[in-house]
Amino acid sequence: MRNNLFRILNPCAGLAIILLAWHFYIVLLKVPPVVLPSPGAVGVALISNSHMLLSESWVTFLECIYGFFLAMAIGIPIAVVMTYSRPLNSMFYPLLVASQSIPKVALAPILLVWFGTGLESKLAMVFVIAFFPIVVDTATGLRTTSPELLELARSLQSSRLQTFFKIQLPSALPFMFSGAKIAVTLAVIGAVIGEYIGANEGLGTLLLSANSQMNTALAWAALVVLSLLGMILYAAVVLAERIFMPWGHDGEAKH
Amino acid sequence: MDAGSELAPGGGPDGSELPLGRVVNAAKAFITGTDQSVLAVKDVSFEFRKGELVSLLGPSGCGKTTLLKMMGGLVPATSGLLELAGNKITGPFPGVGVVFQSPTLMPWRSVVGNVLYPMEVLGKNRAEAKARAHELLRLVGLAGFENAYPKQLSGGMQQRVSLCRAIIHEPSILLMDEPFGALDELTRLEMNDLLLDIRRVTGATVIFVTHSISEAIYLSDQVLVFSKRPAVIALRLEIDISYPRTSKIRYLDKFTEFERRAGMALGVVK
Repeated sequence: MRNNLFRILNPCAGLAIILLAWHFYIVLLKVPPVVLPSPGAVGVALISNSHMLLSESWVTFLECIYGFFLAMAIGIPIAVVMTYSRPLNSMFYPLLVASQSIPKVALAPILLVWFGTGLESKLAMVFVIAFFPIVVDTATGLRTTSPELLELARSLQSSRLQTFFKIQLPSALPFMFSGAKIAVTLAVIGAVIGEYIGANEGLGTLLLSANSQMNTALAWAALVVLSLLGMILYAAVVLAERIFMPWGHDGEAKH
Repeated sequence: MDAGSELAPGGGPDGSELPLGRVVNAAKAFITGTDQSVLAVKDVSFEFRKGELVSLLGPSGCGKTTLLKMMGGLVPATSGLLELAGNKITGPFPGVGVVFQSPTLMPWRSVVGNVLYPMEVLGKNRAEAKARAHELLRLVGLAGFENAYPKQLSGGMQQRVSLCRAIIHEPSILLMDEPFGALDELTRLEMNDLLLDIRRVTGATVIFVTHSISEAIYLSDQVLVFSKRPAVIALRLEIDISYPRTSKIRYLDKFTEFERRAGMALGVVK
């Protein structure tokens, strides 16, 4: 009980120390607000622009979510095919790995030309950046299925489809979720890059325009909201993991 | 193909005269490289009757697990004949139950869900299967744990679940691959008695792989002692100690004599 309280209180205290240091750094060294706004000014910007921040973050949120689900919807079947077809695996898996040497940011202008300044280009950017961890982790999960369980299935003359849905897919689930956790974090990065390159709305766009108007406090406020958005998305995946994998909890004592 | 899948368990080793299973000159070679092969099992022959418990005793890596898998149709024989209830074993068949060294339960399924797995694959009636699963779990002392997840159980308890899973579809032969090898000594002794109980109740025919001399003798009607790889039968022991057996038999002169002979065949007793 006492320990749990400290687990929450200690980071809060750490945050308070950083904010105080930040505040006094600005006051004592007379840093101009354009260079670095005080934490108080950022707080004020957060509250006075809350309506706009909320609507812009909804845009970015949707870009992340749609792109993330697109990456899942395409990445998981690809991982399945790569795992079960040796020829396809040997033909395309090395290419898939090699393609990761392309800096994803470099793709953004090209995607903009293809898909325009709307939602589509952000979706494409999020997809490109979030897709790989999903494929790799799903494939790893499918490959590491217990050979004994597969042998058991074989001895019962289980069909391939039965074996896949009853054994391999659930075995891969923990890996798929760890891929999804990485992917959802990358999704936010992808959405912001997409907005930076060309967009009319979203938190990234807001941050850029606030910056160019020397409204540094608002830019920082957008940054705070972006990080909150990332945390919420991550927490959503963790929650989904607990719902879909109730057996995966730690901390349950052995009898 | 489906050797004996229709067979119900039952009877005892003393029942019929005809053997339930036969292994004749079975051999298995694994290809390791171009034109190179390693012989894992060489010229093994034995028979067993319905309800019998046969131990394959040998040093680690001697090929006895390969032989066990051949009997389950999971590994094809290179040469020789394996037969169950008059049918040649040519591939996997559901009339077999398997228990591995580790419990290999599905962590995402509850205890009862794990036990039900074979019945689902075989498309059996769910209500009947459930009733039987609960009955088996009660038999192995896991009543009340039906809805627990495997990770909430100890290693010994998990292995009991695995045992229930192996026998729920009433296989005509139960293959056990060092099932208690990973357990601590006390749990292992407990599990030995549990296995004998289960065999008494279900009449299962058991092929049991182990590298423990005393475990093999304590459990079995018949002990086949294997040499180092390739596996050949070095000694065959008929354990004529009557069932039900209790720990007392471990101190019989007969028991220690069996241990000595098996130990000599294995080369651990000079």
